[in-house]
Amino acid sequence: MAMPRLPDQEFETQDIMINMGPQHPSTHGVFRMVLTVDGEVVRDVVPYVGYMHRGAEKLCETMDYRQGIGYMDRTEYLANFNAELSYVMAVEQLMDIQVPERAQWIRMILCELNRISSHFMFTGAFGTDVGVFGTAFTYSFIQREIVQDLFEEITGDRLMYAYFRPGGLAWEVTDNFVERVREVLTQVKQGLKDVDGLMTANEIFIARTRGVGTISTEDAIDYGMSGPALRASGVDLDIRKTEPYLYYDQVDFDVPVGEHGDVYDRFLLRVEEIRQSIRIVEQCLERLRPGPILPERMPRMLRTPPGEVYIRTEAPRGEYGIYLVSKGGNRPYRLKIRSAGLSNLQALKEMTVGQYVADAVVILGSIDIVLCEVDR
Amino acid sequence: MRGIAKSLLTTLSTFTRRPVTREYPDVHRPIPQRDRAFPLLLWDTEIDEPFCTGCHACERACPVECMTVLMKDNPNHTSQGGSSSRRKIIDKFWIDYARCMRCNICVEVCNFDAIAMNNTWQGHELSVYDRSDLVMDLQQLLAQHRAGDIKEWVAQ
Repeated sequence: MAMPRLPDQEFETQDIMINMGPQHPSTHGVFRMVLTVDGEVVRDVVPYVGYMHRGAEKLCETMDYRQGIGYMDRTEYLANFNAELSYVMAVEQLMDIQVPERAQWIRMILCELNRISSHFMFTGAFGTDVGVFGTAFTYSFIQREIVQDLFEEITGDRLMYAYFRPGGLAWEVTDNFVERVREVLTQVKQGLKDVDGLMTANEIFIARTRGVGTISTEDAIDYGMSGPALRASGVDLDIRKTEPYLYYDQVDFDVPVGEHGDVYDRFLLRVEEIRQSIRIVEQCLERLRPGPILPERMPRMLRTPPGEVYIRTEAPRGEYGIYLVSKGGNRPYRLKIRSAGLSNLQALKEMTVGQYVADAVVILGSIDIVLCEVDR
Repeated sequence: MRGIAKSLLTTLSTFTRRPVTREYPDVHRPIPQRDRAFPLLLWDTEIDEPFCTGCHACERACPVECMTVLMKDNPNHTSQGGSSSRRKIIDKFWIDYARCMRCNICVEVCNFDAIAMNNTWQGHELSVYDRSDLVMDLQQLLAQHRAGDIKEWVAQ
């Protein structure tokens, strides 16, 4: 029996709403977005953040400056050193502490190594989002483990380091620090070749990412994006170059900038940033000299004079800022964390509308959000 | 097509490398000396009593308030005919390992070097059926160092 054909003119389509998350493996945490889809095409996205809100800012206001360092680790758990750095720099600025040179160089090495490990996390998770399944993930995680083993030897912990202190470092690095870092760098270079070979030139990968989730330069600026997601849209803005902190003005490195602002550019940019970070670390190792890691006179209890300060640093995901208001005493009066993830996430609608549902996951992965940092 | 061939070559090349994984429950990764798991109390073997005098310094500095400390007069003090110079000594001590965030602040503030971070596998492989089993009392906290089963934590 032949099925009656539907007349073309009276055929109506209906948009459906799909709830994605909060318990979804590819939302990188607990993030929920409600997609309105017309067939396979996304018509509207409504993101819901806040599932991971723990009130880290408010908690820090009840704690003294040393206790707050541990909470900074927990806001940005993939780039803990960068998060700690913003916080301790804010306290140092308020207290007017001069940090010894050796401590600064070590901070810089650790921050760049942390950037490497964070970007490897991205290549791994992004590979999974695109559909390379475990291959890219395991290859990236080998490198991430190597870097984390080094961090564990120095700080004692694999993830929540709590190693930076206002004024310098908590304790001296291990005796074989320089050799170990060089060893790690050689392994990371090999790993970078692997990831590059696996994904960058792969035709399937390019077909899946090229031209997807495009955002124009103007929109990227308007949404307040920062970090690799902004630079992929062609804006040459890197806080390490424009407002050098630590000794970034004394080392030589390039800031990669993308052209198309699509998902593929964001991936390429992060791979290139790993290369630049390796360059920075190598230069830092040359400049590392023995010396003190804390100023000679440090008070036992950190007390800041009244005042306010905003410090921003270039974390792997973009601008990580700390706004600290003090009314004297040993704890902040107000602490505000400016996280790159939240601002970058605002552009999600701009990128996703008009794309396929399957690409929504890829686009979300390409912003490289850390939900703990977004919701804090 | 060439890109896919390159990807396959990359995966093939790992056959020539040594494996990076370990047979975990049988083979343990060597733990670095600085590794920190959960805090432990140390035992003064010379006088045969804990180092801890129960001064509440760690309890006050703890960001997550996972400690409870009670002190008492030391029955072993020289004034009582004993051999110890500690006038006060720890009476009861609880640490809730489920709350502890392993920030190392308690070790830094301790004036008597009485507390240290566990850097053995016993500190890492803690799994219990009931969360209340993770609240350690004084005897449990002292046991490991008393038995001499902890490497010295050399960072500071």
